[in-house]
Amino acid sequence: MTEPSVRLEAVTKAFGDLVAVRELDLDIPQGEFFTLLGPSGCGKTTTLRLVAGFEQPTGGRVLIEGSDVAGMPPHRRPTNTVFQSYALFPHLNVRENVAYGLRRKKVGGDEIKRRVEAELERVGMAADINRRPNQLSGGMQQRVALARALVNLPKVLLLDEPLGALDLKLRKGLQLELKRIQREVGITFVYVTHDQEEALTMSDRIAVMNQGRVEQIDAPAQVYERPATTFVAGFIGVSNLMPGQVTRASSGRGQVRLDSGVEFETATDGIGSGERCHAVVRPEKLEITPVDSSQGASATGDPSSARIRPGPTGSEAGRAQDGRPTIDGVVEASVYLGTATQIVVVLPGDVRMTVLVPNADEAERARLPGGGAPVRLSWAPEHIHVVRESAGAPAPDAGDRAPVAETSK
Amino acid sequence: MTSPKGRDRSAPRGALRRRAIPYFLLGPGLIWLLLFFVVPLYFMGRLSLESGSLETGGFEFTWEWSNYGHALGDYQDRFVRSFFFAGSATVIALLIAYPLAYAIAFRGGRWKNALLFAVVAPFFTTYLIRTLAWQTILSDDSPVVSTMQTLGLLGDGGRLLATDGAVIAGLTYNFLPFMVLPIYASLERIDVRLIEAARDLYSSARTAFWRVTLPLSAPGVVAGTLLTFIPASGDYINAEFLGGTNQAMIGNVIQSLYLNLRDFPSAAALSFTLMAVILIAVFIYIRFAGSEALMGEEAEKAK
Ligand SMILES: Nc1ncnc2c1ncn2[C@@H]1O[C@H](COP(=O)(O)OP(=O)(O)OP(=O)(O)O)[C@@H](O)[C@H]1O
Ligand SMILES: [Mg+2]
Repeated sequence: MTEPSVRLEAVTKAFGDLVAVRELDLDIPQGEFFTLLGPSGCGKTTTLRLVAGFEQPTGGRVLIEGSDVAGMPPHRRPTNTVFQSYALFPHLNVRENVAYGLRRKKVGGDEIKRRVEAELERVGMAADINRRPNQLSGGMQQRVALARALVNLPKVLLLDEPLGALDLKLRKGLQLELKRIQREVGITFVYVTHDQEEALTMSDRIAVMNQGRVEQIDAPAQVYERPATTFVAGFIGVSNLMPGQVTRASSGRGQVRLDSGVEFETATDGIGSGERCHAVVRPEKLEITPVDSSQGASATGDPSSARIRPGPTGSEAGRAQDGRPTIDGVVEASVYLGTATQIVVVLPGDVRMTVLVPNADEAERARLPGGGAPVRLSWAPEHIHVVRESAGAPAPDAGDRAPVAETSK
Repeated sequence: MTSPKGRDRSAPRGALRRRAIPYFLLGPGLIWLLLFFVVPLYFMGRLSLESGSLETGGFEFTWEWSNYGHALGDYQDRFVRSFFFAGSATVIALLIAYPLAYAIAFRGGRWKNALLFAVVAPFFTTYLIRTLAWQTILSDDSPVVSTMQTLGLLGDGGRLLATDGAVIAGLTYNFLPFMVLPIYASLERIDVRLIEAARDLYSSARTAFWRVTLPLSAPGVVAGTLLTFIPASGDYINAEFLGGTNQAMIGNVIQSLYLNLRDFPSAAALSFTLMAVILIAVFIYIRFAGSEALMGEEAEKAK
C-alpha cells in the first residue's frame, strides 16, 4: 500500500473571521508516528478534529487511505481519538468503556471479551477491568482511553495531548510506553502536543505549527538542528538568534554577515543575496571563554577543561580561531539547573545568547564566569546556520530562556 | 509519626470543635424536620387510629385499625384514578420536558437563561390562579370550545371541562417545570466530549443519544418524574377546578373528609395509606430506574 494514511490538501478551516487552519498540506505515511507541535491556539486540535470528522474543512480536501472523506461523519471514519480529557464514559466500567466501539461494530461477544482483555493487558489495566472511571487515577484513565481507541484497530489513531494532564514522571514513562505500543501495533499515530521535548522524544516526524500554518515538517533531529524559521528555532529549544544578512549566495551556499560584524560561510537554503536572516547556534554548541578585559589577553581557563577553553591571546572578536568564529559579550546571568549551568550572554546590539555548560565537574563549574564578566563565545562552523524570518507571528522569545531539558511543565 | 490520638490530646479544643461542626450544620434542618414533619406525623398517625365523631363528644384513641380498612375499601377507585392521572401527567410531562430541556441545554446558546426563565415564569402566578385560568380557557362557553366545535374536533354537546383529559392536562401543565429543571440540570452537566467520544467510537447521533446522553441524564429524569408524580398523586386542586364528579382524586376525598365531613380519623388513615402506596411505588421505581440507567451495557451483555 503506497497511499498515505492521512493526506491533507490545502485544508483551511475558518470559524467566522477566525482562520484556525490555513492552507495546510500534510502527507502522513502508513505506520508513522507523526506529531503536530505548536503553541496554544495554533490549530492543532482543529486539524485533528478535521481528520476525525468533528469539523468539516472550509477549503481543501482530507483523504484517509486515499479516499476523500468530505461529509463523512465521525462514526464512519476509520479513525479513533484519544481525547485530552480522556472522555471515558462515567456510567460504564473499564470493560464496557473499552468494549464500546466493538459493540457498535457488532463484533461477537466472545471476540469482544478476548480483544478487550488483551488490550487492557497491553496497557497494564487488566486488574481494574470492573472499576468505574471515577475510581481511577489520571494515568490509569489515560491507559483506558488508549485501550478504548486501540482495541478497534483503527487505520489512524488521533491523540490530542493525551499526556497533558499528567505529572512529569508519569508522562515520561507513558511516552516510552506509547512509543512501544505504536511500534507494536503499527498503526499511524497523529499526535498533538505543545511540549517540544515530548515531540522530539516520540515522533518519526514533527510538523511545527504556528497560527494555523505549518512552518516546518521534518524528523526531530532536523527540526532541532536545522530549524527552518525563526519561529521553529524559538519554539524548539531556546531562540539563540543573531540577526544578520546574506551577502552572497550561490547554489545553496553563501556568505553571511551578522550585524555584529562576524562573517562566515554556510548553507543558505534558498535565502537570497541581500536578504535579512537570523543565525542560530544551539546553546549546548556554544563555547564560552572568559576574557581578561584589562590585559586583553590572558589565559584564565583550565587547559584540561573540555568546555572552557583557555582565553584567546590577542585575537579580535569575529576573527576565526582554529577556523571557529567568535564573538564577545558580557555575562548577564548564570543559573544552576542541576545537570547543566545556563549562562545568558549579552552581545552588542542587545542580542541575548544562552550557553549551556554541562555540570561534569564541580571544580570546573566554580570557574564559570559570573554576572558582568566579559566573555567570548565561539562555535564550530558546522553548528551555525541561517533561518528565515517566520511568516506568522514573530519568534517567541523564550522568556525563561530555559534549555530543552527543563522546559517541560 | 504522630498518631491521630496524640494530635487530639495536643489540641483537644480544636478537635472537638471540628467534630461538632457537622452537627451545627445539620442542626437547623433537623429541628425543622422534627417540629414540622415528625411531630405532625406522630399526631396524624395517632389520629388515624382514633374513633368517634365531633357530634358525640370528640375522638378517642382506640387502635381503630378499621379506619384503614375503610380507606382502602371505600375509595379504591379514587386511588386507582389518582395514580392513573398522576402517571399520565408524569409521562406526558416527561415527553414534553426532555426535548425542551435538551434544546435549552445543547442548543440554547446565549438564550439559555432567557429560556429557563420562561420555564419558571408561570411560578410568578399562584398555583390556584393558574388553575382557575385553565378553568376559564376550557369552560363550555370559552372560544376554545366553540372553535373546536366549529372545526368538528369536538361534538356539539362536547366539553373540555370536567373530563379526564382536562385534569391530566392541568396536572401536566402545573408540574412541568419540576420535570424540566432537573432534566436540564443533568443534561447541562454532560461533557459534550463524551458524546463526541461515542460518535468517534462508531455511534450514529441516535445511538450516541441512547447509549450516552440518555443514561447520563437518567438522574435528572428520575428526579423529575418523582417531583412530578408524588405531588400530582396527592393533588386535589386540578380535579376540583378542571374535573367533575367523575374526576375526583384521592386528594379531593381527603379534603372533603377533613373540611366537610369532619371525619378526621378516616382522613388521616387515607393520608397514611396514600403515603405508603407512594413510598412503595417510588421505592420500586428507583430500584428499577436506577439499575436500568447505570447498567445499560451490562444488561445488554447478559442477554
Ligand atoms: N468551535 C470553534 N469556534 C470558534 N473558534 C474556534 C473553535 N474551535 C477552535 N477555535 C479557534 O481556533 C483556534 C485554534 O484552536 P485549536 O483548538 O485548534 O488550538 P490548539 O492548537 O489545539 O490549542 P491548544 O494547545 O490550546 O489546545 C483558536 O483560536 C480557537 O479559539
Ligand atoms: Mg488543543
